[in-house]
Amino acid sequence: MRTWFGNNALKVYAVIAFAYLLLPVAYTFVFSFNDAGRTNIVWQGFTLDNWKNPCGAPQVCESVVNSIVLALGVTIVSTLLGTLIAFALVRYQFRGRGTTNLTIFLPMATPEVVLGSSLLALFLNIFVPLGFWTVFIAHVMFCISFVVVTVKARLASLDPRLEQAAMDLYASEREAFRRITLPLVAPGIAAAALLAFSLSFDDFIITNFNSGQFTTFPKFVYVSATRGIPAQANVIASAMFFIALALVLVTQIRTIRRKET
Amino acid sequence: MSIAAALGETIEEQPHKNRPQKSGRFTPYWLLLPGLLWLTIFFVVPLVTLFGTSLMTPVPGGDVGEFEQTFHFANYIDTLTDSTYYVPLFRSFLYSGLATVLALAIGYPLAYAIAFKGGRYRNILLVLVIAPFFVSFILRTVAWRQILADEGPVVAILRSVGLVGETAGVYPSAFAVIMGLTYNFLPFMTLPIYASLERVDRRLIEASGDLYAKPFTGFRKVTWPLSLPGVVAGTLLTFIPAAGDYVNAALLGRPSNTMIGNRIEYTFLSVNDYPTAAVLSFILMATILVLVLLYIRRMGTEELV
Repeated sequence: MRTWFGNNALKVYAVIAFAYLLLPVAYTFVFSFNDAGRTNIVWQGFTLDNWKNPCGAPQVCESVVNSIVLALGVTIVSTLLGTLIAFALVRYQFRGRGTTNLTIFLPMATPEVVLGSSLLALFLNIFVPLGFWTVFIAHVMFCISFVVVTVKARLASLDPRLEQAAMDLYASEREAFRRITLPLVAPGIAAAALLAFSLSFDDFIITNFNSGQFTTFPKFVYVSATRGIPAQANVIASAMFFIALALVLVTQIRTIRRKET
Repeated sequence: MSIAAALGETIEEQPHKNRPQKSGRFTPYWLLLPGLLWLTIFFVVPLVTLFGTSLMTPVPGGDVGEFEQTFHFANYIDTLTDSTYYVPLFRSFLYSGLATVLALAIGYPLAYAIAFKGGRYRNILLVLVIAPFFVSFILRTVAWRQILADEGPVVAILRSVGLVGETAGVYPSAFAVIMGLTYNFLPFMTLPIYASLERVDRRLIEASGDLYAKPFTGFRKVTWPLSLPGVVAGTLLTFIPAAGDYVNAALLGRPSNTMIGNRIEYTFLSVNDYPTAAVLSFILMATILVLVLLYIRRMGTEELV
């Protein structure tokens, strides 16, 4: 009797917690159908117009394109740099490992206002004009650490004997890396890249300090929050939510199926 | 779940016992060079620059935003004794501390439910935990503003129950800010706790039952201690970004609920008082470092960092 209650109390609890987590998401989705025009605050009736014309409001799509271009560039550079560091940390013994680990850890333990304001202080001191490239530099900087940590976790769980076995079978070091290690680490690198993309796409605080006139999607939403956010922003956010959710769920369901068969 | 692994890993070190000995003495340095160079130029150097900026004073007779290097350490004393700055600083730690406690109270049972009752759907439930991240952080916070607004559903329910008076509301308020912080950082709390709960050997919990421990005693003596690394990681991943956040305070609070992040943003970007903003950034960072070190020492997990 007690275990029955225990099990179900926990399940009921989880449902409530998930409702809390997903309520604003549901709200964003519902209000993407609001027939409200520029100030999407009070429900005024159902319409599909926002979905038919997601670029209808000024600046929404420009900021989204800016964010996507930025996040793609940041993902490529930070994944590359971070993966190299992760390999060095997991596969080699060298002097300065401790310092390297600390340099990787500190950006994650520093609040974003500090990261953002310190970079801005640098850019102001050396008279670098703010814009796309200063945001790019800032995003790569804070994404590297997350890439290192993600790839490192995957690499550390790999059995290095697989590589040794390949070499016993007369594979060269390079061949063993290309045909054994890299394919096995690939999921970790892919996860790191996805993480970097979403971190860059969603960042507001560091972007706000270093962007000048350059506008990303989060910055657009924040700036228009006082005047009223157009419902088209909800459309774009909802569309991205469902695309991302579908992608992740499909891969998860596949792994569950594969395990069962 | 690699994101969970990532968050769980941030303060853990997994040395591999039989790492292959690779040839090439300089190879690791070539691998590290580009990334570390980036971090040095765009993370370490800026911090030094920021410290330099914090010691500047206005150029006499200069324009707004013109400063010269005078190594004026008194900037720190001036700022720390000014109540427009130390009050928001204190408030930041109060709000983020409360949000961390609340997130732990909500996130731990959630992580526990997923790890122990999730069955084969655990990974899908984890996806649901991170799913809010797929919608912009700012949009979700704006959504809370409207959910908590006077015309919104929450106030209507609270009024009908009599918890909130006919004229009182919940937004904007300190309550709304703390709730927003709790909400925004809850996944950062849940994922690392899940990661360490999942690694707990179930046989240890069964063994505690075999030794006549009640379920609660078993939890207190076995599960909770073994999940501590996740709790430490989760609380740090919640507390540090929450203490520096200014979006929740700006969108969900009143001017009387501003946090130190709001002050830094305002003095830096609106007033162009770079030295004061730099002083505030440094004080925030130093305070967080001290608190984190004390906390880690208290939790007895210093070997993890």
